[in-house]
Amino acid sequence: MTTLTVTFTLNGKQVSVSVDPVDRLLDTLRYQLALTGTKEGCGEGECGACTVHLDGLPVNSCLVPSYQVRGHRVDTIESLDPRALEPFERCGATQCGACTPGVVMTAWWIGQHADLLRTHTIRELMAGNLCRCTGYDGIVDSVAEALRETGGGRRET
Amino acid sequence: MRRREALTKLTGRERYVDDLPLEGFLWGMTVRSPAPRGRIAAIRFAKGVDWSQFVVVDHRDIPGPNVVALIEQDQPVLAADVVRHVHEPVLLLAHPSRDAVRRAVRSVEIVVAPEPATLDFRVSPDVLKHLKIEKGDVARALAQAPVVVSGTYETGAQEHVYLETQGMIAYLEGDVLVVKGSMQCPYYVVKALQHALARDESKVRVIQTPTGGGFGGKEEFPSHIALHAALLGLKSGRPVKLIYDRGEDMAATTKRHPALVRHRTGLTRDGRLLAQDIEVVIDGGAYVTLSPVVLSRAIIHAAGPYACDHVRIVGRAVFTNAVPFGAFRGFGAPQTQFAGERHMDVIAQTLALDAVELRRTNLLREGQTTATGQVISDGTDRVAVMERALELSGYRVKQRDHATFNATQATLRRGIGLATFYHGAGFTGGGEVALKSRLRVAGLPDGRVEVLSASIEMGQGTLTVFTELAAARLGLAPEDVTIAEADTARVPNSGPTVASRTTMIVGGLVERAADDLRRRAGLDDAAQGDAVKQAIRRWHRDHAGGTLVGEATYEKPPGIEWDDTTYRGDAYGAFAWAAYTAEVEVDLRTCATRVIDFVAVQEVGNVLNPTLARGQVQGGVVQGIGWALMEECKWRDGAMANNQLTNYLIPTSDDVPSIRVAFLENPYAHGAGGAKGLGELPIDGPAPAIVNAVARATGADPRVIPLTPERLMEIMEERADVRRPA
Repeated sequence: MTTLTVTFTLNGKQVSVSVDPVDRLLDTLRYQLALTGTKEGCGEGECGACTVHLDGLPVNSCLVPSYQVRGHRVDTIESLDPRALEPFERCGATQCGACTPGVVMTAWWIGQHADLLRTHTIRELMAGNLCRCTGYDGIVDSVAEALRETGGGRRET
Repeated sequence: MRRREALTKLTGRERYVDDLPLEGFLWGMTVRSPAPRGRIAAIRFAKGVDWSQFVVVDHRDIPGPNVVALIEQDQPVLAADVVRHVHEPVLLLAHPSRDAVRRAVRSVEIVVAPEPATLDFRVSPDVLKHLKIEKGDVARALAQAPVVVSGTYETGAQEHVYLETQGMIAYLEGDVLVVKGSMQCPYYVVKALQHALARDESKVRVIQTPTGGGFGGKEEFPSHIALHAALLGLKSGRPVKLIYDRGEDMAATTKRHPALVRHRTGLTRDGRLLAQDIEVVIDGGAYVTLSPVVLSRAIIHAAGPYACDHVRIVGRAVFTNAVPFGAFRGFGAPQTQFAGERHMDVIAQTLALDAVELRRTNLLREGQTTATGQVISDGTDRVAVMERALELSGYRVKQRDHATFNATQATLRRGIGLATFYHGAGFTGGGEVALKSRLRVAGLPDGRVEVLSASIEMGQGTLTVFTELAAARLGLAPEDVTIAEADTARVPNSGPTVASRTTMIVGGLVERAADDLRRRAGLDDAAQGDAVKQAIRRWHRDHAGGTLVGEATYEKPPGIEWDDTTYRGDAYGAFAWAAYTAEVEVDLRTCATRVIDFVAVQEVGNVLNPTLARGQVQGGVVQGIGWALMEECKWRDGAMANNQLTNYLIPTSDDVPSIRVAFLENPYAHGAGGAKGLGELPIDGPAPAIVNAVARATGADPRVIPLTPERLMEIMEERADVRRPA
């Protein structure tokens, strides 16, 4: 196995890891950097459980080869301010929790781009994150509540 | 109270089995049968792999009987001479590198001399369980009935798709084997490990890790993975981690039993039920697993929540060479109630009756009996449950609106469908008595209390509801209640976390163990709050180093009688009742069906936590929408061909509407806090409500689910009187 040193900005801090360049970013985060908040659900980019932000965009980290993040910025669930998650706790966004970090990462991105709600519904924007427990109402309500409280976007489910 | 562990989950700090730190471990994997049936002729290890670097386990490494202990002792831990289904485990491999072990699995060839396999359960002659319910004289009642309506209905397999795939870690701590992982039933795993590994119970310790969804899929199956990880761990002397990826999980683990249900129903011309003759066949797959009890629940629910004096329900579970089917939310009841509720609409159509009025005529009234002769006298008005669903959904208004819509639209058709149904909570018949569930509530030196049970959290809310129940019973704040990890070295066996029993039945043990704790602390039953905390602290001062524990063991509520030999009597302590409506829009060009509104009304006793209860119903409904419309297991030579989320589709947020939920509350005297079981009920109703709606919308008569666009298109193209636009 050839290894490569990959240096990138992870949750605001520069890190260097020695990896097989085709190792999935998901595995590098979980098994090399011990950031286990990012979950694997399907390993093929369908379920969104492994969502992280790459240069501010939500991506499935199971589909990102680790070399691709060289010199880029990666943010994971571990970087989030828990105080921003109160509406998610209140409205039933999480049950088993396995999809939850990915859901929260997508929701966080929606919160940063509330103007998207002029052209898309929350249900459309959340459709890349599969959840088997909640039936989605708890998630959609939480996102709407969080947006309402921060004054971003109209309530749109 | 908010979900106890919500913030831990929301911030990614919850540690599931694959997240736990583990030193010096090996990755385990399973080598599986490529054929559905045959004799293992050879096992070939490819040249060019240094096999000395791998731990290899086969059936000869099993210290005890080669069997995963469950109802019947028929399923091997590892196949020895013969295989009975594709993906049956044959060998286990372990290596420090996950990549290396993945490559190695592909370098082992299991050569199977094939034998003829049975892959269509509808023609399998090999019956693994036969059950029958008889009430009155069906033959005579059918012969005398003015009208008889027949119908045959089929339901497909369904994959659980818990978002956390199955996995276990195993290691030795001294001479104690420790197994940790994702599971619903820690003591099932203990039993299986003890049996096949020939270990004393004191040398086996099972710890449930936070479980990312179960839905029944982690009821019996985790015993297999636990045994596999343990065998590799014992042979290597190192910790072993065995985590399925999604493809392996979908291909090799259990699914919902496919079912075929035939109805022959005798009625008066105005739609009163005179006789129900029902035949139920379910596909058990290659081993018994839990099929006998799935069949039991299937037939008990098959006649629906209706009064009928003459009922015969004959059920059989058959062996095939499919990957064994197992527990899945609803446990047989969704299959038979799909058939029953679709059949009600077929009856209404045949007799030109209104589907609502047909149900109103026949819904069980106070004092009437179910198919097993159980007298229903719980005070719930089942017609009122239905009326509430009709009112909330705007059922009648929508029917009129749809007539206009369908007359004016070229390519879209709308319809609204109804299902009225029920679900028995807890183990069937004498099951709860046999379980003898036990639970403890301990008083801690600082005055707080700890609930010790083997009932686990998998998203459904056990931690929160047990906290609420213990706190309410003792007058404590939720912060004063902790819930012990489900570690069999510490917690008593409160039974499996299944059958909608955790809140209603095990929750009752929380209440009674709390009362016992209060007595042991020297207080009377009225003592609350600070008095309780002070008494607990005082007790510890007086008994330094002692343990103060309140205990409770299940006791059958008075008046419940069940005869397992005749299948007569009180099948369940309580039934939850529901009426669901689904409004659909079908695009005649693609035959794709979209659920555009859904109303779920249920009577589940007292609702203990509205947010959690609503979430359970919404999640169950959406899982039901998936089963009804899109989740199709495609089989190829006995193997699931679409074992990936790319082509086994489950609903996304954009596929489903908001699920509108309402509860009618009629407290159940023998349930914790007046609650009845809730978790499984919501998977019973969506499929029939949706298919009934599609029938209304299109004029087609679908009787098979999943009703995928392809299937609906076939049905509509067979019918000359239903025109699709070109």
